[in-house]
Amino acid sequence: MTTPILSLEGVSKRFVKPLDTAQKIARLLGSRLEAQVVRAVDGIDLEIAEGEVVGLVGESGCGKSTLGRVVAGIYPPSEGTVRYKGADTATLHGRERRAAELAVQMVFQDPMASLNPRLRVVDIIGEAPVVHGLVTRRDVDAYVCEVMTRVGLDPATRKRYPHQFSGGQRARIGIARALAVNPKVVVCDESTAALDVSIQAQVLNLFMKLREELGLTYLFVSHDLGVVEHIADRVAVMYLGRIVELAPAEELFRKPNHPYTQALLAEVPRLEPKKKTFSALKGELPSPLHPPSGCHFHPRCPFAMPRCKAEKPMLKEVAPGRFSTCHLNDEPAKAA
Amino acid sequence: MTSQPILEVRDLVVEFATRDGVLTAINGVSFHVDRGEVLGLVGESGSGKSVTGLAILGLIDAPGRIASGSILLEGEDLTRMREAQLRRLRGKRLAMIFQDPMTTLNPVLRVDTQMIEAITAHEKVSHKAARAKARDALAKVGIPSPDERLASYPHQFSGGMRQRVAIAIALLHRPALLVADEPTTALDVTIQAQILSEVQTLAQEAGTALVWVTHDLSVVAGLADRVAVMYAGRIVEQGSVADVLENPAHPYTAGLIGSVPSRNRRGVPLSQIPGMTPSLAKLPPGCAFAPRCARADAGCRNDPPVVAFGTARMHRCFHPLVTAEAAA
Ligand SMILES: Nc1ncnc2c1ncn2[C@@H]1O[C@H](COP(=O)(O)OP(=O)(O)OP(=O)(O)O)[C@@H](O)[C@H]1O
Ligand SMILES: Nc1ncnc2c1ncn2[C@@H]1O[C@H](COP(=O)(O)OP(=O)(O)O)[C@@H](O)[C@H]1O
Ligand code: SF4
Ligand code: SF4
Ligand SMILES: [Mg+2]
Ligand SMILES: [Mg+2]
Repeated sequence: MTTPILSLEGVSKRFVKPLDTAQKIARLLGSRLEAQVVRAVDGIDLEIAEGEVVGLVGESGCGKSTLGRVVAGIYPPSEGTVRYKGADTATLHGRERRAAELAVQMVFQDPMASLNPRLRVVDIIGEAPVVHGLVTRRDVDAYVCEVMTRVGLDPATRKRYPHQFSGGQRARIGIARALAVNPKVVVCDESTAALDVSIQAQVLNLFMKLREELGLTYLFVSHDLGVVEHIADRVAVMYLGRIVELAPAEELFRKPNHPYTQALLAEVPRLEPKKKTFSALKGELPSPLHPPSGCHFHPRCPFAMPRCKAEKPMLKEVAPGRFSTCHLNDEPAKAA
Repeated sequence: MTSQPILEVRDLVVEFATRDGVLTAINGVSFHVDRGEVLGLVGESGSGKSVTGLAILGLIDAPGRIASGSILLEGEDLTRMREAQLRRLRGKRLAMIFQDPMTTLNPVLRVDTQMIEAITAHEKVSHKAARAKARDALAKVGIPSPDERLASYPHQFSGGMRQRVAIAIALLHRPALLVADEPTTALDVTIQAQILSEVQTLAQEAGTALVWVTHDLSVVAGLADRVAVMYAGRIVEQGSVADVLENPAHPYTAGLIGSVPSRNRRGVPLSQIPGMTPSLAKLPPGCAFAPRCARADAGCRNDPPVVAFGTARMHRCFHPLVTAEAAA
């Protein structure tokens, strides 16, 4: 097998939530409170092949964006290794390090929050390539025009400020900014569905066009299962910081293995004019500060067994190329 | 018995006075909702969905105004009522939930205080009875341990739970009409499904008519009986959900449906609507969709009239994808 362009080995990211004043006082008075630790990402293994589109889905707060940021090098992992083309990014130096950093870029689809309102578009897009010496200051204007054309923006508008663009155009500016440093991997975080469907369709089509033209690899983070189903080759489903299922998109959507994936897919509204009775997955995502023991999903799982409470299920290959973390897979008779 | 609809909106026009002149945000909108029926109001941002909802509740404030048209709730014209009368209806016969539940919740008051106030504003009951009613209402929208939860502040709830509290308050008095403005848009699909299922059951039990505002066609597909599609302040198509989604007549509706990523077209480019939503200040003459429409011709510079066709369907288009004869 060829070396994956990206691989994560046992990657975790912890955030420490400091005590608030009331808790500090309580501690002074003798209660045994410690600063709380959120395991936003908890021991993730994932390999992404060159040219692949991997979708990352799960409920709000399950750690998708955090994982995306670790992959993009914005957060260092608290534990584990991130490899770019086989090399541990933490041990790279000098030119190699910079090349690996530039190769993985992040695109935020909450465009207003990520574009500096005081910079002109030409500077937003042109800044990084100049800083990294990819183009000279003299050539940057022409270079920006080229990148803007590639993402479907009129280069004549390059002297404008972000607020002078529509939501869809701002999304394109964010994409152009990432593309300007010639990345190999793009991490898209669709943190809010800020775009109208017809504009979202334009942007998704642009992503697919760029993938073909530039041979890009994507890690595509989204709430919207419909979007992920549409564009991803493989899908990773996250629950409370862990990957619970990983499979080719088509198979995952056709026959989900993990009870959580099954529940999640059952909730997706579809464009079928059938007045359906919404039946719902019970309860909400538990607090990541106090994840349930064993299988994190057991309090909400309709198939939970005593073992699920005690023992953490491991990510296992349940069929060629399909991975799931569920004890049911050890009991073939009961497996769904 | 052909009963009177719960809500009937006729030729509604809402205007806003702005620096660019008077903008017509709602331009001759008509629809009705029957008892126990769910009408989905869809369209892209800025198309006028929220303004329509606010107008129904009598919540359009200066610089906006209802310029003409009528809004009949159980036969009574809300546009002719005085504010005091409207206030008595709101929260009782008429209720609204918003995308951000904090629009209706007060962050500095405990949930029980707010709910008891909402109950006693319209009903003469003891504090104790009101509290019991509040607890039952929370339990009904699926809030676990409602007794404990009553004593919490809104910020102690997750987004989904806050929205449920807002829904519980909206449904306290079994309103005749509930207007829901994208209440699940900011929520996860799992929470969205829970809320849709709860609202669905409650509305059915109480016979509440629902106007469900959303930009998400798939929510409408699963929830609504009929759908009205808005574009630039007008309803451009209306009909039963099955008819409209399976055989859209208006090119904009067809474009919206084609934009939704779905399993049938995995990996294939989505059919996109070119261009973007027009600004109200610069609407083209005639059909506002013309600059983005593949079927437009010179005739579309005139106003397309309302064309009724099929079974209780209408569109506003000179060159619809489904003709009246074909649908008949
Ligand atoms: N900088 C931070 N400091 C402390 N906690 C954080 C930080 N960033 C994220 N978290 C916590 O880590 C967990 C995962 O957050 P993350 O943003 O990755 O979720 P997500 O899956 O992207 O959610 P959404 O779908 O809402 O975007 C959450 O519990 C969040 O509160
Ligand atoms: N208070 C206001 N002043 C001026 N224009 C307004 C106001 N409220 C809404 N509008 C305009 O009315 C149109 C419809 O808005 P709205 O109903 O909020 O759209 P949506 O369909 O996204 O809910 C938009 O063009 C909006 O800018
Ligand atoms: S391990 Fe147990 S609780 Fe977890 S998903 Fe499988 S059956 Fe459910
Ligand atoms: S009236 Fe003309 S421009 Fe408008 S939607 Fe119909 S065909 Fe297109
Ligand atoms: Mg996120
Ligand atoms: Mg709105």
